[in-house]
Amino acid sequence: MDFNLEPEEEAFRAEVCAFLDENLVPDGERTAEFMAEWSRKVRERRWVGFSWPADVGGGGGSLMQQVILKDEMAKRKAPPLGSCFMGLAWVGPGIIQYGTEEQKQKFIPDILDGTYQWCTGYSEPDSGSDLASLKTRCVREGDEYVVNGQKIWTSIAMWSKWMILLVRTSTNVEVKHDGITCLLVEMDTPGITVRPIKNMSGGSIFAEVFFDDVRVPVENRLGVEGQGWQVTVSALANERSGIAEVHGLVRTLSDVKELARSCRRGGRPASQDPGIRRRIASADTRIEAMRLNGMRFLTKQLKGEPVGSESSVNKLHRALLEIELGELALEIQGSRGALDGESALDGGRWQKFSLNWPEVVIGGGTPNIQRNIIAERILGLPKD
Amino acid sequence: MNFGFSEEQELLRAEVRKFLDQNCPLEEVRKLSETPQGFSRSYWDRFAELGWVGLGVPEVHGGIGLGWVDLVVVLEETGRTLFPSPLIATSLASAAIQAAGSEAQQARWLPGIADGSLIGTLAHLEDSDVLGCAGVELLARRDADAFLLTGGKHMVLDAANADLFVVPFKSGAGEEDISLAVIERATAGLDVEPAGSIDVTQRQGRLRLDGVRVETDAILGEPGGAAPLFERLLDCGAVAITAEAIGASEAALELTASYAKQRVQFDQPIGRFQGVKHPLAEMYVDIESFKSLLYYAAWALDNLPEEASLAASRAKAYASEAFPRIGIDTVGLHGGIGYTWEYDAHLYLKRAKWCRPTFGDADYHYERVARLGGI
Repeated sequence: MDFNLEPEEEAFRAEVCAFLDENLVPDGERTAEFMAEWSRKVRERRWVGFSWPADVGGGGGSLMQQVILKDEMAKRKAPPLGSCFMGLAWVGPGIIQYGTEEQKQKFIPDILDGTYQWCTGYSEPDSGSDLASLKTRCVREGDEYVVNGQKIWTSIAMWSKWMILLVRTSTNVEVKHDGITCLLVEMDTPGITVRPIKNMSGGSIFAEVFFDDVRVPVENRLGVEGQGWQVTVSALANERSGIAEVHGLVRTLSDVKELARSCRRGGRPASQDPGIRRRIASADTRIEAMRLNGMRFLTKQLKGEPVGSESSVNKLHRALLEIELGELALEIQGSRGALDGESALDGGRWQKFSLNWPEVVIGGGTPNIQRNIIAERILGLPKD
Repeated sequence: MNFGFSEEQELLRAEVRKFLDQNCPLEEVRKLSETPQGFSRSYWDRFAELGWVGLGVPEVHGGIGLGWVDLVVVLEETGRTLFPSPLIATSLASAAIQAAGSEAQQARWLPGIADGSLIGTLAHLEDSDVLGCAGVELLARRDADAFLLTGGKHMVLDAANADLFVVPFKSGAGEEDISLAVIERATAGLDVEPAGSIDVTQRQGRLRLDGVRVETDAILGEPGGAAPLFERLLDCGAVAITAEAIGASEAALELTASYAKQRVQFDQPIGRFQGVKHPLAEMYVDIESFKSLLYYAAWALDNLPEEASLAASRAKAYASEAFPRIGIDTVGLHGGIGYTWEYDAHLYLKRAKWCRPTFGDADYHYERVARLGGI
């Protein structure tokens, strides 16, 4: 065991730190001009799409360099590298792996530049956790596909220019995972209707998307017809060491500790309440376990050993922690936890936080789905 | 960056596992648990010959000179088979002597520890049951250069089998008055009384001291300066107990998962039901997580002492909470068969119940995590 970096890795860390020292301003002082300048500079350094191969415009960073970069950025609460979140997380990797030359040239530079947003058309009203049962119909007519059906829970659909879409091109298949095809669809194509859904915290992040005889050129198919499932699965696999998520949780926990110091509960600071102390320590311990689980996962990757579904362990921890930290933050406030808006502490920041967990907890596969994955793929129990 | 074991460590693991599988499967563990001493001298001697008892002892004193990460590898395996032995107790006494013993003290005791002839232990707890320096109330009387000790210690690991006792005592009111004495079994005024254990594979007991005379050559380090070392030994104890908990929990999970694949009810293996599948997945999540915490704590003991207390507390807190739940699910998911004496499930549950308070339970360690984490 050795937690030291190799000299060239240490040099890279120094380079990142020097850049941050020189270019980053504190959280409250980040104006639009600063953000524009920031985006230009990190793009210039090829830190956007840092893991992607250099020949498509990525940074060609090694696994360890990616971790160092994310680590230092997160420690200083730097703004994200690039703004096209889904494009960078899975659309881009999918196009790099399965796309044609034309598709790469057409889409990758815009994803890196953050020219516009992508959204992800996977879930349907009757296909959530059981995604492969999706039914959005797709029939080929000459050089076009004609799509009819509905997607739902499509995050940022209303602000996106393009969508990565899963459709069913064949129902005559033995297993439901076959017969699915992946298309890249421009959102202003006639026949697409987007209807935002208001969520329980009052905001709208996701939407329903309806497809009514939407015509998509065949050249916008990603990968082979009928193999959209494989395209999706391997693109999603790009997103999993989980170390980056730990920083967000560490930050939230540190704010919860501060909250416990400043709020009084039962006539004393909440931070002196043994129950609150134990719950904070328990969250702290699980967050540290996530960090270290991630390091063990990374070590296996670095050694070139096969990695499988172990990342579900951290996904499960993260989901439960997102919920628990929200609950804890409200309980620390005592009866004032029941206020909201301007009447509440920090303008209702924690009330809002405590209602936003479903985005993380349900979005990436529910906790019970993660438990199934662990039981079936790691422990070898029979499938449901 | 490498948060994994070296080839040598993997080899060590394979050798220990092979030895234990061949010599001391659970049937043998059960037989040993019925003997008064609770362990086998001949396996202990073999362990010593293979270098596993003196793993941490410097080479010059007959050991191998390795660290806590290496010992964790051995303890995961002894935990897996619930191997009864005074390895943890002896390692703690050995660590105390290595850390603070003079050259003469090291030469006097360490070779015997490494070759298996001296079993050591740490008498870390008194009747107040307060863990840490605050719990050291055994007050010495001065007699010229020597100290006279009268009092008791309880929950002393392998008390009846031990030849050497590392005993913390006080010569004044404060933590700056704590010393560690090494007291040999034959010393006049020392008496040991074995206590029953919820885990039949463990031995512990009470130590009675009635005017036990401790000469200065039996004090480790400067008299009065032992508080930091004593705290570190408690961290070492928490790490060692948790390392065995990893192996034992993994064995419990394997036993239960394999039962869930075979046992058929309602025309299908019960492992297909989510009510069975999900608790098994939770066991896996918990084991992997306190394993990561524990590996880091062991590494910190060797390489980053200033972080070791927090790391050890996180690991022991998590394990103390999770392992008993794993033990209960191991018995519960088996149904009736898990409740029987004959089936092995209860052995893991009992280890979990034994492990939970030993060197600090979840309440104790979470409180320490809170304090060390700045609240």
